Amino acid sequence: MRKKIKTKPQFKSKPKQKIKKVPDVSLLKVPTGINGFDEITIGGLPKGRPTLVCGSAGCGKTLLAMEFLVRGAIQFHEPGVFIAFEENAEELAQNVASLGFDLDDLARKKKIIVDYIFIERSEIEETGDYDLEGLFIRLKHAIKSIGAKRVVIDTIEVLFSGFSNPHILRAELRRLFRWLKEQGVTAIITGEKGGEGTLTRYGLEEYVADCVIVLDHRITDQISTRRLRIVKYRGSLHGTNEYPFLIKDSGFSILPITSVGLNHKATDERLSTGVPRLDVMLGGKGYYRGSSILVSGTAGTGKTILALHLVNDACRRGERCLYLASEESTAQIIRNAKSIGINLEPWIQKKLLYFNVSRPTYTGLEMQLVTLDSLLKKFRPSIVVIDPITGLTSIGSSEEVKSMLMRMIDILKSNYVTTLCTSLTHGGNNIEQTEVAVTSLIDTWILVREIEHNGERTRGLYVLKSRGMPHSNQIREFLITNKGIDLTDVYVGQGMVLTGAARKVQELKEKAAFRAGRDKMERIKRELERRRLLMEAKINEIHAEYESLEEEMHEKLKVHEAQEKALVLDKSVIAQMRKADHKIDQDQDQDQDQGQGQDKSNADKNSKIKASEVKK
Amino acid sequence: MKKKKSYNSIKEFEKVIQKSMEEKYVLKLYVSGLTSASKIAIENIKMICEEHLKGRYELEVIDIYKMPVLAKGEQIVAAPTLIKKLPLPLRKFIGNMTNTEKILLGLDIRIIGDK
Repeated sequence: MRKKIKTKPQFKSKPKQKIKKVPDVSLLKVPTGINGFDEITIGGLPKGRPTLVCGSAGCGKTLLAMEFLVRGAIQFHEPGVFIAFEENAEELAQNVASLGFDLDDLARKKKIIVDYIFIERSEIEETGDYDLEGLFIRLKHAIKSIGAKRVVIDTIEVLFSGFSNPHILRAELRRLFRWLKEQGVTAIITGEKGGEGTLTRYGLEEYVADCVIVLDHRITDQISTRRLRIVKYRGSLHGTNEYPFLIKDSGFSILPITSVGLNHKATDERLSTGVPRLDVMLGGKGYYRGSSILVSGTAGTGKTILALHLVNDACRRGERCLYLASEESTAQIIRNAKSIGINLEPWIQKKLLYFNVSRPTYTGLEMQLVTLDSLLKKFRPSIVVIDPITGLTSIGSSEEVKSMLMRMIDILKSNYVTTLCTSLTHGGNNIEQTEVAVTSLIDTWILVREIEHNGERTRGLYVLKSRGMPHSNQIREFLITNKGIDLTDVYVGQGMVLTGAARKVQELKEKAAFRAGRDKMERIKRELERRRLLMEAKINEIHAEYESLEEEMHEKLKVHEAQEKALVLDKSVIAQMRKADHKIDQDQDQDQDQGQGQDKSNADKNSKIKASEVKK
Repeated sequence: MKKKKSYNSIKEFEKVIQKSMEEKYVLKLYVSGLTSASKIAIENIKMICEEHLKGRYELEVIDIYKMPVLAKGEQIVAAPTLIKKLPLPLRKFIGNMTNTEKILLGLDIRIIGDK
């Protein structure tokens, strides 16, 4: 896991001298191996010293102590002795078996000794001075027999009920703790919570003053939260807050509120949103990998669908996705996804998609966080969907939820997980503000909203912010179709944005106007054609008229020519008869002139006919 | 009928007392080394036994330093601890055995003077 924050190498070389000096003086610590505990104590419990763990009944003292021993034996090879005053070995083994610790096995391997000390007051008569040497001897024997480095005494206060002489007991306890220090064992002593002003009932903290840890179990609004606080830790820095912790199937888990630093890696890798046109809106490539995405909006705007698109797309690429649902059951989500053309079942079968469905009120905030943490470790998803984060507000005050979400997002980011949270905005609230006020933690914020206009609601989507990428500033209308989210074309005419039916109406209107314009043009064209045809018909008519006229003329001419010839012939006959010869030549010239004129008119007629043919 | 029964029961009771007077005592004293407290305890218990249980007791003194396993088995926490193994019931006495009265009461020994 990338969770471990490595110290930067450049710091190592410089303060070398300081580092060398420190270990000689400073307190050596023993790691407990308990999830989160070593972080808040900066290393663990003080080595070779007793630590007091106190708290009321059922707050997890015994478990903390037991886990310290078991993890010591398994992870750090430090055998341990458990001196039990309250439960016997068998009971203890049973109790911790549910956490996966096999106490019997560890006992067989001589890694842990459980010594049950039973004190029955009714059996015991006190007949003068005594000491608790018996306890010391047993403890020493147990420590020696397995070379124990860790010791737990649970709960020493039972002694106070077993023996009636408190003076002897106090003196003996003081001796015991001194003795434990001499033995060089790291010890946990548990104590019952005392009344007002004291941590323990018999003031044990007076003896064990090096490190005191208080466990608490509080119920607020019917939801219990366990908390741990380090009251005192001599010779060491330590976190001073109250740290919520959990007891879950793998033992203790403490989640430091403030330990997470802001040094997650950033990447240029992009991730499709699953909606191609939304990718375009986000600089053309979609989300950044490892970023946190918030989809907020009022009820029924399609937040979950947007999340499902991302999941579906990621699963198709073979990435693992974790879906934390708190409002719908798995089956319901799958069914609803089908209705928009997303089939999640194969991904579940391929173990690419894992649903974790639980009501937020079922567990406290901390449990949510720890559940997520353990799921992250187990499932190692690359995408996590939290649907919705606003469900958490029902189990904590807004401050608590915010701090929890901050940690949640930090955990996810440091794990390089792309997170998509949906957030329900209630009507009437400012939609650009989430209920849980986490917007500053969010890298990409997509707002889906209903646009109410002219008697209808349409869905609009816009990118409110998207860190580190150019993104669209448009409110885009989208439709939820049986193939998922469909971002409609942007209506760009007329210098305004229209959505829904208004857009459709406008589009139709424009279409109609366009068609009308075209029709008009067609009409004009047709009219022109008609005119042309009319004109041509007229021309033809005139032409035909002319032709008939011409023909007539020709006929007339021919008649005249024939008459003329006949006349000339008559004249020559007469001239022959009268013996005249000169005049005949003159008349022949005139005839020639007339013939030329006729040719010319013929040519004119031909050219006109040709022209009409071309026109046709 | 009633009288007969009560007579019988009284007789039986006396029998039991007689028997208890003859019962054998098995005592174990666990001490932690030869400290002054241990020594006082040993002396005291020996004195009591000699005085009241002469001839019918068995006293074993065990140093738990040498036998730490026994300390676990017998659930010894304090030292010195005297355990009355027999007659039953089992009883434990802690301390240096200076409170003779308490011991006698616990050991269920009637002082002869009372009789």
